[in-house]
Amino acid sequence: MELSGVAVRLGSRAVLAGVNLSVAPGEVVGLLGRNGAGKTTLLRVACGALAPDAGRVLLEGRALASTSRRERARSVALVPQDTQVPFPFSVAEVVLMGRTPHLGWLGFEGAHDLDVARAAMERMGIGALADRSVLTLSGGERQLAIVARALAQQPRLLLLDEPTAFLDLRHRLEVLTVVRELAAAGASALVVSHDLGVAARFCDRLVLLGDGRILASGPPREVLTPDLLRAAFGIEVELGFATDGVPVVVPRALAP
Amino acid sequence: MKVLRPARLVAVLAALGLVLLTAIAIGLAWGPSSVSLREALGVLFDAGSTGPAADIVRRIRLPRVAAGALVGASLSVAGVVFQALLRNPLADPFVLGISGGAALGGVAVLSLGHALGLGAGAVPVAAFGGALATTALLFGAAGVRGRLAATTLLLTGVVFNAFASAAIVFLASLGGMAEGTSIFLWLIGNLASARSELLLPLAALFALGLACALPLSRTLNLLSLGDEAAEQLGISVEIAKRVLLFATALMVGAAVSVSGLIGFVGLIVPHALRLVLGPDHRLLVPASALAGAAFLVVCDAAARSVLPGRELPVGAITALAGGPLFLALMRRQQRRGLIA
Repeated sequence: MELSGVAVRLGSRAVLAGVNLSVAPGEVVGLLGRNGAGKTTLLRVACGALAPDAGRVLLEGRALASTSRRERARSVALVPQDTQVPFPFSVAEVVLMGRTPHLGWLGFEGAHDLDVARAAMERMGIGALADRSVLTLSGGERQLAIVARALAQQPRLLLLDEPTAFLDLRHRLEVLTVVRELAAAGASALVVSHDLGVAARFCDRLVLLGDGRILASGPPREVLTPDLLRAAFGIEVELGFATDGVPVVVPRALAP
Repeated sequence: MKVLRPARLVAVLAALGLVLLTAIAIGLAWGPSSVSLREALGVLFDAGSTGPAADIVRRIRLPRVAAGALVGASLSVAGVVFQALLRNPLADPFVLGISGGAALGGVAVLSLGHALGLGAGAVPVAAFGGALATTALLFGAAGVRGRLAATTLLLTGVVFNAFASAAIVFLASLGGMAEGTSIFLWLIGNLASARSELLLPLAALFALGLACALPLSRTLNLLSLGDEAAEQLGISVEIAKRVLLFATALMVGAAVSVSGLIGFVGLIVPHALRLVLGPDHRLLVPASALAGAAFLVVCDAAARSVLPGRELPVGAITALAGGPLFLALMRRQQRRGLIA
């Protein structure tokens, strides 16, 4: 996936102003930045939900705009922030919805689709919830079901918009471990996160977004610096390193 | 892992087909002059039968049962489609104001028709015109940058329904007592004025609506997750929404034109079925058609029979029978912990 010179205006506001970003196969890229920095808009451009006002988006060498929705849905999956479901679909039914771009005209799932969905649920540790109504799940369990739906889509690019916001630490690690496994199998992932520690641990590269521009991009050690974090978030931080060299960020105070 | 298999779809629909057949037999048998179930079914399946009972069944009750079945099916399918499109299980076919527009058209003719030289035959025509005009208004007013958002649709509908009721009150106060009674009957919904020449257009519009909704029934599952999620999964959301809205608007317009505002059917039939069958629209859409038809036919049979010598508007029966039935179903599911 490659974005070059992407600009988006919503009303009179420039949400993205000339963003260049590429995600290589096998790579997990973390997208950081304060609320309203343009992270979600960037994901919407990357999955084709929003056409940029300027710039190009290429997916595996082809212009994203020239692919059909169905084709896109077979290669890109998005885990959104908001996962409200108004009707009592079972977890299995929700996960099977991920098979939509792979189904034939009649719209009935075959044995293969059921296998893929079952495997996705097992992988997210929610196999036992298959027949539960999503309305009775906790926020975290529902989030895991939505991630499982994205897995059932079998995408080559996975976009996650704060996938771990409602999750406890164990579930956070579970989701990101699965993302790493997918990357090891050749897929790529772009993950929006507010959890700097988890981002530093699980991403190959971090991209810091501020006011619609890229402030910094590189390995976690180069991006998570006090100066850059002050510029991006307006906070003072203390920086340390875990025994294996992964940066650890502890917030200290608001920047003056 | 319980998911919808084609075998279950066929089995449930076959069972509901039998329910509808039973309802039709009841609808043909019940009424002021008694006809046995056996006689009624005999007329239904044997075109050559004669006699006074056959005459009543064929000339009076059959067209009315057919109208009831088509109206019930149309309202229920429209209800289930609107509930998914608006992502709101409380939506009914009347929520978008299409019924308000139809009612306004119908009431205009009921109240001013005499002065304009229009007979009762003009009522359904004017009502359907009102429904079409409202649908056009809805598409025009609710579309923002090419998107039809659920909240804007709902708000437009609520506002238009309020406007239409005010206009109806105004029109009703222009007419006399006789007009007032017919307007009242029409607003509460009844099948007494459903004439047999309306059956063909009603059936055609119902068939058109169903032909649009059935192939899009899995899409309805995805749309109920939200527009963006559905688009993510490869659905052409805006096209699907417009096709579904337009087709169901035609169904609602046709149903209201024939029978007035029969409430509750389009709300509780889909809702009750969802409680029993689950929320998968591939099953819910055809099941709503069959169960809605059966429900309204039985309610109309009751409307003709409960008070000796007179007839209740069926709209009163649907609410009286449907309300408690629905509450009982909901309580049962809550006790089983199936819904939150």
